[in-house]
Amino acid sequence: MTENAKTAQREPLVRIVKRGDITAGKVWLIRALAALGAVLTGALLILALGHNPAAVYGQMIVGAAGSKIALVETIKIAIPLLGAAVAIAPAFKMKFWNIGAEGQIMAGAIAASYFALFYSQSLPRPLLLGVMLLAALAGGALWGVIPAVFKAKWGTNETLFTLMLNYIILGFEQYLQNGPWKRPSSGGFPKIAMFDEAARLPRLFGVHIGWVFVLLLVIGMTIYLRRSKQGYEIAVVGESERTARYAGMNVGRIVVRTMLLSGAVAGLVGFLQVSGANYTLTENTAGGIGFTAITVAWLAKLNPVVMVFIAALLAVLQKGSGRIQTEFLIPASASEVLTGIILFFMLGCEFFINYRLVLRGRERKNGQSD
Amino acid sequence: MDSLINLLVAAVLAGTPLLFGTLGEILTEKSGNLNLGVEGIMFMGGVAGLAGAYYYERAAQDPSGLLALLIAIVCAFLCGAFGSLIYSVLTVTLRANQNVTGLALTIFGTGFANFFGEVMAGQSESGYAAVGDTVKAAFAGIHIPGLSDIPVAGRLLFSYNILVYLGVAAALALSWFLRRSRKGLSLRAVGESPQTADAAGINVTRYKYAATCVGGGICGIGGMYIVMVTCGGIWVHDCVGGKGWIAVALVIFAMWSPARALLGSLVFGALSIMRLYVPLGIPTQLYDTFPYVATVLVLVFVSLRRRRENQPPASLGVPYFREDR
Repeated sequence: MTENAKTAQREPLVRIVKRGDITAGKVWLIRALAALGAVLTGALLILALGHNPAAVYGQMIVGAAGSKIALVETIKIAIPLLGAAVAIAPAFKMKFWNIGAEGQIMAGAIAASYFALFYSQSLPRPLLLGVMLLAALAGGALWGVIPAVFKAKWGTNETLFTLMLNYIILGFEQYLQNGPWKRPSSGGFPKIAMFDEAARLPRLFGVHIGWVFVLLLVIGMTIYLRRSKQGYEIAVVGESERTARYAGMNVGRIVVRTMLLSGAVAGLVGFLQVSGANYTLTENTAGGIGFTAITVAWLAKLNPVVMVFIAALLAVLQKGSGRIQTEFLIPASASEVLTGIILFFMLGCEFFINYRLVLRGRERKNGQSD
Repeated sequence: MDSLINLLVAAVLAGTPLLFGTLGEILTEKSGNLNLGVEGIMFMGGVAGLAGAYYYERAAQDPSGLLALLIAIVCAFLCGAFGSLIYSVLTVTLRANQNVTGLALTIFGTGFANFFGEVMAGQSESGYAAVGDTVKAAFAGIHIPGLSDIPVAGRLLFSYNILVYLGVAAALALSWFLRRSRKGLSLRAVGESPQTADAAGINVTRYKYAATCVGGGICGIGGMYIVMVTCGGIWVHDCVGGKGWIAVALVIFAMWSPARALLGSLVFGALSIMRLYVPLGIPTQLYDTFPYVATVLVLVFVSLRRRRENQPPASLGVPYFREDR
């Protein structure tokens, strides 16, 4: 008896046990509970500011999807978010922490804008749009492959490298905007001219045709990652570089190739932004999309199909927070706070999917009753 | 000569927030935690420091500048530590991915700070949250009669605000702690090989939590410096603007040594303000990218020259789970 009590005392209050397997239903239950936890934490914050959480959340949804105009705006936010998340997916799957999608979007946008600004008179419209698209793919790929080459050759830290490239390309854009590409008539507020009609993407069902591109990307990337040999190589490198080497894969080549792809897709998003959404190039063309897309990609567990829903959710948050700013005078940064809270809960809940907690003495009782 | 002194003084002032960020991240990384949330933590510390000083000034009958400074430091430290606590709970206890958790913390911290900065501004009569002259004076350069009046050395050594000296002191203290103290040795063991540390009876979890939270607190003070000194005690939207990321890069530049962090932050401070003092005929927008270009060069250089003593803590970024041994 005393022996027993002693072991019980030595045993920690809570033990962590790895789960063997878990049913899909339970996984989704845990995720749903985490999402609920995030919503409730957000509600507490709203309550602390002296507002009614239900009313604020309600207005967010009204602001994001309450009318056709609002819905179109929300979709316009979701398009680049989804595209950039798809771009990040192969890199992250390879555990190459590409946080430079922001810069790669900008690089693609600058390359596309070059042709929009200087060749809109000399090229027929389909050709012009085609050239802009190709230029954007090349621009994004170039900006994505630089850190990949250094990583492959010398193991240079890619997280910081890709990040610094974001700021460098942003500086370059500001230089263009203030110098060579400045519209002469814009005066004290330097701006780049609006694109000609020929350089603008057509619309389909009220939204620029970018949404078709992005949905095609989702399908293409899903097949690429799941079914192709290259997708398999990416997964192996991500799981264990040593295994990949042992299996005779050229890891450096895979890293460079994957980042060419990742950067090119991000560059395409830049093209959609300048040619479909804004009709011009500004310093806000990327506007944090590359960073938020990381959230989208990770919450979707790098599954492009799930990204559609996550991107839609974050777009609703972002558009809705504009509404609550005007309705309740709650700053629009609330959307970032809520995004952060959702992320924290989702990151934390994975633990409860992979492990279960055993309270002290629980297991023993089960043993005795047997 | 005069312009060189001006440049140096300005470099020290611009480099101090980077120094705090770098020191905090060095301490964090020595425990094996790669916290990419420095940017967000600095934002959180910045808004908390401002809030502390601002609300104290409004509540007090006769506000004292020194007390406001102290309150700002404590608030910034606590808020930075709070951000790092979230990170620690997620990565150490709940075993989430360090990279993604750090990025999430940056998104959260940036939103958190802009949000509360704007709430504070919205609630004030003037429409912006700014501290008064008394408090501002506490963050201005000091003047020590005699010492500060020495021709060149006076300006170079005795003309800064108190936080600059606090930063230098923190660097020296951290250097001593890591190299000479018992606890510092244990912390390094945790960062190099948590298995060994665990076997030697060191509480790995406790060390990781403590180092990450204190490190986050130090980063928070850096953010407070940006708000209270660089921006002059007023909330500016997105004021940290990438300095947290430069601090993460500076950790590599300093090769995890607090003493070298002093030099690194001075160099990067100089790069960030150089265009005001050294005209090179380059467009300002391109001049502004110098610190980032320099960071890239440093990253490449460090990766090219791998030397044993310059390496990161061996288990940096690798989570430690006792059962997985």
